[in-house]
Amino acid sequence: MRGTTAVEAEGLRKSYGSVEVLRGIDLSVPRGGVFALLGPNGAGKTTTVRILATLAQADAGRAVVAGADVRRERSLVRRRISLTGQYASVDEMLTGAENLRLTARLAGHPRRAARRRADELLERFALGGAAGRRVATYSGGMRRRLDIAACLVGTPEVVFLDEPSTGLDPRSRQTLWDVVRELASGGVTVLLTTQYLEEADQLAGRLAVVDGGRVVAEGGPAELKARVGGRRLHLALRDADAYTRLVSALGPRAVHRDPEHRTVELATDGGAAHVRALLDEVDPTRGEVTRFEVRGATLDDVFLTLTGTPPTAPAHAAGSHREEPVRG
Amino acid sequence: MAEFAPARGAGHALTMVDRSLRLSARNVDAVLVSLVLPVMLMLVFVYFFGGAIDTGASHGDYVTYVAPGVLILCAGYGASMTAVSVTRDMAEGVIDRFRSLDVGGTAVLTGHVVASTVRNLAATAAVLAVALAIGFRPTADPARWLAALGVLLAYVVALAWLAAVVGLLAHSAEAAGGFTFFILFLPYPSSAFVPIDTMPGWLHGFAEHQPVTPVIESMRALLLDRPVGDALWPALAWSAGLTALALPLCALAFRRRTA
Repeated sequence: MRGTTAVEAEGLRKSYGSVEVLRGIDLSVPRGGVFALLGPNGAGKTTTVRILATLAQADAGRAVVAGADVRRERSLVRRRISLTGQYASVDEMLTGAENLRLTARLAGHPRRAARRRADELLERFALGGAAGRRVATYSGGMRRRLDIAACLVGTPEVVFLDEPSTGLDPRSRQTLWDVVRELASGGVTVLLTTQYLEEADQLAGRLAVVDGGRVVAEGGPAELKARVGGRRLHLALRDADAYTRLVSALGPRAVHRDPEHRTVELATDGGAAHVRALLDEVDPTRGEVTRFEVRGATLDDVFLTLTGTPPTAPAHAAGSHREEPVRG
Repeated sequence: MAEFAPARGAGHALTMVDRSLRLSARNVDAVLVSLVLPVMLMLVFVYFFGGAIDTGASHGDYVTYVAPGVLILCAGYGASMTAVSVTRDMAEGVIDRFRSLDVGGTAVLTGHVVASTVRNLAATAAVLAVALAIGFRPTADPARWLAALGVLLAYVVALAWLAAVVGLLAHSAEAAGGFTFFILFLPYPSSAFVPIDTMPGWLHGFAEHQPVTPVIESMRALLLDRPVGDALWPALAWSAGLTALALPLCALAFRRRTA
């Protein structure tokens, strides 16, 4: 009914004081499926999500979410979306069931229906056994599931999840991923932010890479990875001469260089044939490379490849207490 | 498709009242502190200082003189708890959830203010019970009792809205707690604990005209079955005026905080 895009943003700009957090974000998120905003701390992911969810106003630019304008039709947008922020958005002193009933009643369900909806969601998110316990006693994973359950008490068309897996152990992260996949398969559009390439890769049909308040790349994970190179061949050189020779021979193909440790990295698909060919190419005499290692591309690699520079340091993240504080 | 907006707002406010009441009930230690401290102060005043304080023969026992003042002190503790809980809500992700559910500031703050008032009524009952047990002997009929409680209630509601403003402006629970000092100090330079004419002359002007004195004098007169005189209208005017001041400030501060 409302076209094929769930989120359409053009030229979103936002400054907090003298700090320019967003410098013109353009996004087009197709309806259905999972869309990831991938970027380091301080890239502007949270600010973008807050603007799209009508919790903050952009200084410039426009955005249409679930068919409604975030500035002019705020109430309408709010009725069609829901948001789970990075920060605890449930009451710790209340039980899981109380939190969901409260949210359901705020979403417009009458008391009886709210109770039913809460019970349903508790079961669905495997929190039935903990329903009567205070949230303060929940583990990080349970809390996140409750957060997301609270997000679904209405019937949102678009769900925003801001760094849903931050602080979770690997098992809880898996469970969370299952939940997100299930959500998307139910027809909801999920827009999530993440710092992890792997997470975007696992979940998202499309993703946008954000850095320094701009979208630096947008596409499917396969597309993006093809540009970045799925994996890295990490080489350690015998001495400084060998290092200098190799670096000048490779030029821009050396996606990462470290003269101090005399290491160089090349993009590879990780297959034996490709790795063997690369080794033969860079070290035909079989004496210069002392060690090699194949590892996955990291977020840093994506940035190096896409922007030619490492991710912008989040030095300005303190601009607002909401703006993605640096985690230890 | 749009529901009637005021009805929706009222529904939100009711739900938020329910939430704040539940949270208060879970936060038993804070409620106890806001209750035990005034009671202790009353005992200190009555038994340690009371013997040395001469409030004039017309007041009877010191406990009878001081009980209304302790109720006002209690209201101060209650208000500072409200300021802290508003600040906490604004600092956490909870407020984002409410806003993304299109719950307005009015509903959120109404929840806090109503819960604050209910907490205060409970504390008032407890303080009165202790006061009665140690010799407080009000002589009022039920109508005057109700009037006295009404005066107190108006003051409590005014303080709660002021506390909400402070809670919205403060960026940490500690800062919001600083509100405690100001509100708890106010009863001292008033007729709450000692008659004003025992204070130095330069203090009389402030002590007589600050909000606490007319509220306390009205309650005293109502409870002890004496003519209320000209204390009642200033008391109600102060409470109404403070509330009328706090409401637009709340709206402004909420908008500024969530911009």
